[in-house]
Amino acid sequence: MTAETQTTVLIVSLLLPLVGAAGVQVLGRFVSDNARDVWTIVIGLATFSQVIRLIEPVMAGARPSLDLPNWMAGLGLGFEVEPLGLLFALVASGLWILTSIYGIGYMRGHHEKNQTRFFTCFALAISAALGIAFAGDLVTLFLFYEILTFSTFPLVTHAGTEAAVKAGRLYLGILVSTSVLFLLLAILWTSTLADTLQFTPGGILDGRIEGHSAVLLLMLFAYGVGKAALMPFHRWLPAAMVAPTPVSALLHAVAVVKAGVFSVLKIAVYVFGIDMLAKDGLSDVLMWVAAITILAASIKALSLDNLKARLAYSTISQLSYIVLGAALATSAAAMGAGLHILMHALGKITLFFVAGAVYVVTQKTEVSQLDGIGRKMPFTFGAFCIASLSIIGLPPLGGAWSKWFLVSGAFESGEYLMGAVFMVSSLLSIGYLMPIVVRAFFRPLPEGEDDSVTDAPLLMLIPICTTALLCFVAFFYTDAVYDLLAPAFGLN
Amino acid sequence: MDHLPALQVLLPLMGAPLCFLLRKEAIVSAFTVAISFACLAISMTLLGEVRGGEVIVYEFGGWPRPFGIEYRVDITNAFVMVVVSLVASVVFAAGPGQARRAIPAGREYLFYSAALLCLTGLLGVTITGDVFNVFVFMEISSLSSYILIALGRERRALMAAFTYLIMGTIGATFLLIGIGLMYQMTGTLNMVDMAERLQDVNDTRTIRVAVAFVVVGISTKLAVFPLHQWLPNAYSEAPPLVSAFLAATATKVAYYLLLRFSLGIFGAALVFDRIGIDTLLMPLSVLAMFVGSIAAIYQTDFKRVLAYSSIAQIGYMTLGFSLASEAGVAAGLIHVFNHALMKGSLFLVAACITWRMGSTKVDVMRGLGQRMPLTMAAFVVAGLALVGVPGTAGFVSKWALVTAALEQDSLFLAFLIMGSSILAVVYIWRLVEVIYFQEPDGTVEKRDAPLRMLIPTWILAGMTIYFGLFSGFSVEVAEAAASQLFAGLGTAVY
Repeated sequence: MTAETQTTVLIVSLLLPLVGAAGVQVLGRFVSDNARDVWTIVIGLATFSQVIRLIEPVMAGARPSLDLPNWMAGLGLGFEVEPLGLLFALVASGLWILTSIYGIGYMRGHHEKNQTRFFTCFALAISAALGIAFAGDLVTLFLFYEILTFSTFPLVTHAGTEAAVKAGRLYLGILVSTSVLFLLLAILWTSTLADTLQFTPGGILDGRIEGHSAVLLLMLFAYGVGKAALMPFHRWLPAAMVAPTPVSALLHAVAVVKAGVFSVLKIAVYVFGIDMLAKDGLSDVLMWVAAITILAASIKALSLDNLKARLAYSTISQLSYIVLGAALATSAAAMGAGLHILMHALGKITLFFVAGAVYVVTQKTEVSQLDGIGRKMPFTFGAFCIASLSIIGLPPLGGAWSKWFLVSGAFESGEYLMGAVFMVSSLLSIGYLMPIVVRAFFRPLPEGEDDSVTDAPLLMLIPICTTALLCFVAFFYTDAVYDLLAPAFGLN
Repeated sequence: MDHLPALQVLLPLMGAPLCFLLRKEAIVSAFTVAISFACLAISMTLLGEVRGGEVIVYEFGGWPRPFGIEYRVDITNAFVMVVVSLVASVVFAAGPGQARRAIPAGREYLFYSAALLCLTGLLGVTITGDVFNVFVFMEISSLSSYILIALGRERRALMAAFTYLIMGTIGATFLLIGIGLMYQMTGTLNMVDMAERLQDVNDTRTIRVAVAFVVVGISTKLAVFPLHQWLPNAYSEAPPLVSAFLAATATKVAYYLLLRFSLGIFGAALVFDRIGIDTLLMPLSVLAMFVGSIAAIYQTDFKRVLAYSSIAQIGYMTLGFSLASEAGVAAGLIHVFNHALMKGSLFLVAACITWRMGSTKVDVMRGLGQRMPLTMAAFVVAGLALVGVPGTAGFVSKWALVTAALEQDSLFLAFLIMGSSILAVVYIWRLVEVIYFQEPDGTVEKRDAPLRMLIPTWILAGMTIYFGLFSGFSVEVAEAAASQLFAGLGTAVY
């Protein structure tokens, strides 16, 4: 593929979701709901197929790019496809297709209002996520980061109830405040230090800042990316669970939160550089913050009865795996972090899909109500079991690999305590996930409930089983992802 | 073509009495819009000619300075004139539907006459190269704006206009006293002459006092905290279109005067290094940013929210000035342009709401998202720009201002700027919740504002996006203007 074709593919993949959003509006308003929903899936497939086309050149070492130097007040907009961003784009756009299918089943099964607005904002959010994935510099990253926040706001407050509005306020409040107060400040500060704001292999800050200022800058970045949900700026994520479940599944297990940790990882690798982070314990503070978030969120998850809330805290904990992976500042740990973006996405989206399916079929939302439900919904809870094991990190499931790299990265850098944090957190995740499986399969149904099989509708069941299957497949194809990411972290 | 600088002011000046004579509303409104667009065309042409750095000097009656009055166009005032005439054209174009509702039938021509006179005054203040002329035009614009504000429907409008009149007169008097002192020391009223002659005497007490009078006088007009009390009432009681016009132009022109007098005539060395205006203005600007934004959060009327927000936004502009650097002044000028677009469109949204609901109380805005979807979409766009979301004009301003602050190693100041923009999120988002999430009273009938109001609103709102993405124009012009300003008038090359 020539460089021009690559750029064209890049542009097309960025624009397709926007076209999708416009089409959803037109079809939803003037044609029919069915046409709109088919269109959503078609656009999803088209976008994913374009992103896939970028794999081959990127693996071959090319970096498809697009520069719009005169945009944004001469700050310029720039896009560059590098391995890490490509992986995130693949995850977001690939799972978008499945979530669309699932979302159609969910929204119809649940008779939600304003479905056109819902699917429009969904497409906009995906286009923002792709913008983040392919951003070639910090300004572009920031632009799409904010677009993602604002385009997901109507999704979070979809119900329009008092609770939804309150949650929306918290969501927007935390995400916008952190991004403006910390992230934008960090970007501007970086711009006064470095000659460029472009993501450059090896970083742009080495030798330009050191000591406490460097630690402060790193923490400004880490907390500025509020979507990474580092404590104490994590409250927006549980609050966002008020949204319909497809939103929780794709956005608050995949696109939005992964955009956050992806940004942290990308900044760590391409702005600071792994070597710089490793020097003089620059990332020690970040490491501890991430470790505390991992453990505290896991413990909190143990205590929650609401299924989605429990999953949300599990997400907060798992996100910090990735931040910790970046902070450990070794190639292996960074690789683990990169892999975890994919592996956790596959596992957690399945878990959320299941939570939504349970809600649509039985209206149940609490863990304590799930006794014996595995017998009613065997496929759904079979998928839940597989995904749980992947999150815990057991082979032969994808989650095992990312955890392997993260732990070995911790040992490689001599941070044995951090290795222990991963281990303890795995135990905790057994503690908050497995009881759900045990309850579902081994406890009797409550008195008076019909025990005939009434599994989720097909439109929901297909995505659930597909993502669970992918957890399994990912275990065997991890080397392909490894090869893709290797150049980003200086591994070969 | 040679007479463009004179026409810039004479066109609206001649138009105002003609409006009075023509009287018929349809003719008068078309005439006013035509004149304001002609002014826009002239100012854009002038900006195009001076953009390279040369200065156009227009001598009235062929009398050279210091004997005659001259108009002097450089990048800064051409830029400000573009802002003023742009907002005037768009806002006046929205006029017909609005004026008929806000003003007793048959009296619309008064609105248009006063509006054109106000435009004359603002353009005159900006273009003239003579300090006494500045005072005269400022009085023209002020007097006509008192009339415009007093046209508001509530009786409170009279009180607001009266307060503004008192404060405005005090400000103008201070300016006049300052000008008098400067004349006493230099014996000239021409800006360039004055700047040259001041070099010898600027260490005297008289000139220091003159600086104080001039800066305080202009600050009153500019509504610098704590001289801002007239502004919220004036902007919220005036007819919404008048608010849109004044909010986007009057304070901008005052800001231009602050730059012209302090950098052009007194010179940066005097006002910053010796007198230290910046050390006084910086804390006041920061206070304005926070006090204005916090007050905006608690208002129960949409127009008052916008008015208090203006006080905060003026804080950004004066903060840029108080950084005492080219980058800072450029940031201030960029914000002059961007803020005019944002506030112009937001006040036009207020005009649309008044047209539909008869009031801009936050209570009546419940559920307006369903009733006036297109108008409210414009509100969201302009609101996001005011917040400074990337991709909008507000972000460009914020970026420039924070970069200027960081240039002076002031991380704390940068943090304060960010912090106050968070407050903007609060007062805008509070309204978004009211508009989209609260149930409207009574029946929900979907009816947007008429197109002639909606189109101007969207033109300005669209421009906040356009100049957020393709802001080469505003940034380059502002930077060139700042460097030209810092060179001072005294050493200007012809």
